[in-house]
Amino acid sequence: MSLAEALQHGDLTRLPSRREEDWRWSDLRGLIRALPPAAPAFSGALPPGPFAARFPAERLCLVNGRGPDTIEIAAGENARLGLRLVAAGEGQGDGEGQGGGEGYVGRLRLTLGAGASLVLLQTHEALTGGYLAQTDLEIVLGPGARLERLVLVADAADAVAVTLSHVHLAEGATFVETVLTTGARRQRLETRLTHAARHSAATLSGLYRLAGRRHADLTSLIRHEAPQARTDQLVRGVVDDQARGVFQGRILVQPGADGTDSRMGHHALILSDRAEVDAKPELEIYADDVSCAHGATVGALDAEALFYARQRGLSEAEARALLSDAFLGAVLDRIVDPELEAVGRAWLEAAVSPEVGPGAETLA
Amino acid sequence: MSALLEVRDLSARVEAKAILDRLSLSLPAGEVHAIMGPNGAGKSTLSHVLSGKPGYEVTGGSATLDGEDLLALEPEARAARGVFLSFQYPVEIPGVPALTFLRTALNAQHRARGEAEVSAPDFLKLVRARAGALKIDFDMLKRPLNVGFSGGEKKRMEILQMAVLAPRLAILDETDSGLDIDALRIVAEGVNALRAPDRAMLVITHYQRLLDHIRPDRVHVLAGGRIVASGGPELALQLEREGYDKFAAAA
Ligand SMILES: Nc1ncnc2c1ncn2[C@@H]1O[C@H](COP(=O)(O)OP(=O)(O)O)[C@@H](O)[C@H]1O
Ligand SMILES: [Mg+2]
Repeated sequence: MSLAEALQHGDLTRLPSRREEDWRWSDLRGLIRALPPAAPAFSGALPPGPFAARFPAERLCLVNGRGPDTIEIAAGENARLGLRLVAAGEGQGDGEGQGGGEGYVGRLRLTLGAGASLVLLQTHEALTGGYLAQTDLEIVLGPGARLERLVLVADAADAVAVTLSHVHLAEGATFVETVLTTGARRQRLETRLTHAARHSAATLSGLYRLAGRRHADLTSLIRHEAPQARTDQLVRGVVDDQARGVFQGRILVQPGADGTDSRMGHHALILSDRAEVDAKPELEIYADDVSCAHGATVGALDAEALFYARQRGLSEAEARALLSDAFLGAVLDRIVDPELEAVGRAWLEAAVSPEVGPGAETLA
Repeated sequence: MSALLEVRDLSARVEAKAILDRLSLSLPAGEVHAIMGPNGAGKSTLSHVLSGKPGYEVTGGSATLDGEDLLALEPEARAARGVFLSFQYPVEIPGVPALTFLRTALNAQHRARGEAEVSAPDFLKLVRARAGALKIDFDMLKRPLNVGFSGGEKKRMEILQMAVLAPRLAILDETDSGLDIDALRIVAEGVNALRAPDRAMLVITHYQRLLDHIRPDRVHVLAGGRIVASGGPELALQLEREGYDKFAAAA
């Protein structure tokens, strides 16, 4: 059951539904009444992507799922790359996501040879609305390879989008990802990561900043299958209006994965009484000598801090934005590459600022 | 003509508990008045009601700034008109450097008044000068506001914000509590430096100590939610000798 299967077979019954445990907060079966036509190949010229100036590197594009199907970084190579995942259908949608949009499925395999290193800026861009899309990424890191990616997701408000990343870490490989999203009508950003050999390390960071009726679901499954691997996950979110944030984090420590060190944190702020956050952090441990911890909080903005800022002259909206921004900033502190960090901060500034609103399409 | 701050028969409650009881106070421009009173008298409540903290219900009376109704305004609108509150318990703002916070506040006030924003170099120059006078290490201003600051540092940071924001009406709620004698002197000098003909200050304190350094024009005793006595600076000394009991009984 997946959106990709449903789109490929034109079969609604293959959509994930709320009856499936890990789709209960992101039901697609009950949401989608009809499957859209397949998106045509895009013939126009793409505008320059976001942050072209701040992150000057070669860009690869997948438009409506079409583009290269593999990226290979050879053993020992150092690379910087932009990956643009663009929805550019002809349809506009009716604003409710019912009809009008197009559907597509994209697939890409990214491999890093032994000792290779890649800094990747992955942007999800929308030049249209109402689309239904699934993108599957397979990411394979060879021994000692290192990948850091910053994923900026700016989907249309009426889009339904699923992105699934399978990440495979060989011995001593390092994977650092930071996912920033403003949500969509329904949006799932899922990472399934396997520590397949010892001494691999994963730092997973996520941030959702949702307003209006947007939804974002950050789901992850981290499998520790070998000893001495590390996972460090932190997700923070702010939801306003009638938006809904979902965090499902599962860390599975398999028998024999002794010496695993893993920690997971999810913290969310709810700014409106009609907004919602659903969270399910899970640690399942079948190995010995394991160090695991998780923390989860959901709360409101501190009323004392809000009044303090307003007493100094900030409007209520400015005060809320400032405090939310500061709360989310802890996620950006985890980005290692300085250029990516600067991009992440500029993105958040634009997403939080009340004048600009969500979406990073126009950023340079 | 009414005084800069004119409070008449102000009554207010919080969570159904009546705290201010027909409180009246007149504070002319250029003057510094002290408000003294026992714990629980309603001093902080008065400062919160005047600055617009949510959660308080005004049940009667009025408060005006330059003749304009303060109570109808949002807290940020009061701030833009020049109301500044130095908090008894300054709030920690994690993730926001003190400099960023202060610049955001200053420019928000400028925008609200239709004035030009202050440029980054001008702002830094202003803050450097004011911080130096208050013996605040400039590097401290790069840290998140009040996070991990000592009690004295937090109070000095309040006075720094007051100096930069240059309010019309400054309300200092127990700015002296928790300060050692040196910090008290620095804070008092900071306050004295801000005395001006078009500015008024309301200095709330529990002890007479601060008033040795800040000579108030008048002293008011707040007990049981109202002003029960007013006089010159000598009233503070009398309170120090005799305690509040006599006045508490009068309320
Ligand atoms: N949020 C609140 N809920 C209930 N009672 C309160 C609240 N805030 C203050 N009070 C009460 O109001 C009275 C006055 O408090 P306060 O203004 O802080 O006094 P002061 O600053 O003079 O010590 C006290 O009895 C206090 O317990
Ligand atoms: Mg008090």
